[in-house]
Amino acid sequence: MDIIQIAGLGLTATMLIVVIKGKSPQIAFLLTVLVGVFIFIFLLDKIQLVISLLERLSVQAGVEMIFLQTILKIIGIAYIAEFAAQVAKDTGEGSIASKIELAGKILILVLALPIVQRVVETVLNLLPN
Amino acid sequence: MGTEINEIFFIAGVGILTAVIHTVLKQSGKEEFASWATLTGFIVIMFTVVSYIGDLFDKVRDVFLSH
Repeated sequence: MDIIQIAGLGLTATMLIVVIKGKSPQIAFLLTVLVGVFIFIFLLDKIQLVISLLERLSVQAGVEMIFLQTILKIIGIAYIAEFAAQVAKDTGEGSIASKIELAGKILILVLALPIVQRVVETVLNLLPN
Repeated sequence: MGTEINEIFFIAGVGILTAVIHTVLKQSGKEEFASWATLTGFIVIMFTVVSYIGDLFDKVRDVFLSH
């Protein structure tokens, strides 16, 4: 029943934030960030289970490790960029949030380049000369 | 989840305490002390939050980049 823990944490924090926000909004904002961090850390344990399953499957299927590594790196970048963008969005800094998201997208694109190259090479090899 | 909820209550407590200290100092006419007290409380909480953000980033690196 992990969801009850998460919901309880979130609701408790929400009530405290409502109390504090009138007195000092900065501290209420830090509390919001902290709750986000706790939930993300909690979810990482669950993601690790999925990743270990994926790893086992890819070893069994004989997929090259470089592909799995790239996918994991991309998920990690998306995870961190999402967190930072949401924190920025919470404070009303939508422009900074969209720039963080843009940076995440471009870094993901750079990581995906070798795979795109492999795909194109494979297709070229398949074509008859 | 025990340490997490403790940390949240700690920060909420520090927040309320700083607000109270701010009000008391302001009522007694010490404006500059009041703002310094608020700033100190904010910095204490920021250190806690930033250390947890560092934990999160370390853990993300462990999970996604250690393969």
